[in-house]
Amino acid sequence: MSQAREEILRRIRLATRDVPQEESPEDVSVERSYRVESVSPHEEVVGRFVENVSEYRASVRRVGEEELPEAIREALARRGARRLVVAPGVPDGWIPEGVEALRDGEGGRPLTSEELDASDGVLSGCALGIAQSGTVVLDGGRMQGRRALTLLPDYHLCVIYEDQIVELVPEAVRRLEGGVREGRSIVFVSGPSATSDIELDRVEGVHGPRTLEVLVCRR
Amino acid sequence: MKVSERPFQALAREALADSQLRRNLGHATATIRKKRAAAVSELPDWEELREAGAAIKERTLRHLDEYLVRLEESVTKAGGEVHWARDAREANRIVAGIAKGHGAREVVKVKSIATDEIRLNDHLEKEGIEAVETDLAELIIQLAGEESSHILVPAIHKNRAEIRELFREKLGAKDLSDDPRDLTETARRYLRERFLAAKVGISGANFAVAETGTICVVESEGNGRMCTTLPEVLVTVMGIEKVVPTWRDLEVFMQLLPRSSTAERMNPYTSFWSGTSSGEGPREFHLVLLDNGRTQALSDPKGRQALRCIRCSACLNVCPVYERVGGHSYGSVYPGPIGAILTPQLTGLGRKGPDSLPYASSLCGACYEVCPVKINIPEVLIHLRGRVVRNRQDSGSPAAKLDPEGAAMRTLARTFADRRLYEAAQKLARAGQWPLARGGRIRRLPGPLSGWTAVRDLEAVPRKTFREWWRRERG
Repeated sequence: MSQAREEILRRIRLATRDVPQEESPEDVSVERSYRVESVSPHEEVVGRFVENVSEYRASVRRVGEEELPEAIREALARRGARRLVVAPGVPDGWIPEGVEALRDGEGGRPLTSEELDASDGVLSGCALGIAQSGTVVLDGGRMQGRRALTLLPDYHLCVIYEDQIVELVPEAVRRLEGGVREGRSIVFVSGPSATSDIELDRVEGVHGPRTLEVLVCRR
Repeated sequence: MKVSERPFQALAREALADSQLRRNLGHATATIRKKRAAAVSELPDWEELREAGAAIKERTLRHLDEYLVRLEESVTKAGGEVHWARDAREANRIVAGIAKGHGAREVVKVKSIATDEIRLNDHLEKEGIEAVETDLAELIIQLAGEESSHILVPAIHKNRAEIRELFREKLGAKDLSDDPRDLTETARRYLRERFLAAKVGISGANFAVAETGTICVVESEGNGRMCTTLPEVLVTVMGIEKVVPTWRDLEVFMQLLPRSSTAERMNPYTSFWSGTSSGEGPREFHLVLLDNGRTQALSDPKGRQALRCIRCSACLNVCPVYERVGGHSYGSVYPGPIGAILTPQLTGLGRKGPDSLPYASSLCGACYEVCPVKINIPEVLIHLRGRVVRNRQDSGSPAAKLDPEGAAMRTLARTFADRRLYEAAQKLARAGQWPLARGGRIRRLPGPLSGWTAVRDLEAVPRKTFREWWRRERG
């Protein structure tokens, strides 16, 4: 096996003989003259986030912090969701009366895939949002939990605070860097699961959640 | 890598006769083309992003050994295991070995061109392991026993009625309409059970970060997330050219790839993970680094740029040749303009199939314009044509020496180099062409040169040349 390793590395060195011995990777310049920082007012950035997320056929609503529990209750009631998966860090105050909360890891027991599959939906926070692309980012933090929680249930209700929204992809990538170095898993979610494989007709919900709902909350 | 032994021209001729295929393709490519242009025009810094994308890939390729060693270190540190595979056979053996080691009879797969390239599914089948494709289009192709015809939408050559028949027959779905919604739902139910039962998942990689050991899979349906998080064991097979130096480099590719590919601002799901260090998801992670001809492609300094490819398929959708003949004509898993330069470099030249691919182009240059990492495809096509011709000449075979085209070109080269010879030749051609030329055009050249006029007319030599006119008027 290490024989293959040595052989491939030898082939690469032979194949790149034209590269001067003294050249280091940094000698090959990479101009980063693309936008790395937003210059737009934050209110505008939030507006664009809302617009771009809803263009993906996800529903988006803006709420004040005090209205949040009521907005969650309404969303779940509209959906008829009674058995709700929740990430470990989601506050109890978010969970409406009469809704059964399946909290992952409670009593040291992670929910099984079958339990996740049989639930009516999942309620989570997120790590941040990207306005330019209409993306919600999950990083396995306590407000989102492990990746399966937001994947198996057919309905995903996600809360994002306005101050978690950045405009550009590079801003998001920078913010996530620390977590990545710690070995965290990251998921970018842009709208519900979708396919265009049959005659380019877009259909929502192939394998992931068919419905994504985002509540954008002012602190 | 498996490649058709038949030349592109022969395969294309068959495809051209399929009017259904041409209709589907024409519709698909035109739609994506339009959407892509809109998505790209939203970004004021698109050109700067392309420059950066090309430069990052160039940096990586020039120092590939260093970055692969670094990737190996960081993946290992994150709890993963790295395997190296010189060719398809070695890669298949590694993957099958892991699956068998866990007693898996069935594995779930994310769409991956690298595993198509090595024909992993066939190999697993021989070992008694069923590989279930979980991308909807890949599932359709798999059930139909066909090959992919497009990088992004592999089943684009099939229409809804055909897919309904397929699902009725193979999935036992009785009451099924041909509504894509209904068809998709059937696939969802069929695959959900498999996701929940699978012990081993297999994926490709869009990117792998040398610095952090992070693997990135870009997808739309959620099947990628299923395969990379639910099974206990995850195996990722990636071509060695997919490595990028730093986490930060992904800020460039995460903007370039979705807009070039599905023409979206962002694809629905992108997963990033590093080994097994997140404390959730698969307990075991294996990364297989695949050469399979890539170092051969790397050894040609001009052709090397083909390895920058991030498999977005933008070049397919703008190519007037691809649009008419479809992916199967290219005889390998890499179709379209990128396939025309990548396949012959991966397999090596000297056979009819690969040698024909650099000619599968009108050299219009549209592919270069849309390429997010600025691969100069026309330049490489011409360069490879040169290599094909030189190979043939160098082979020294009598056939090469007697090749009428080669002989004609040699004579032309001598003639163009000498003014007197050139003018004499013009006079001779004028006299000689009379049985062929009609109304200033030659419709058919005789004998071995007939290939030149098989699909186009030739301009006849004019009755008076410019030099003759000049001498008379001004001389």
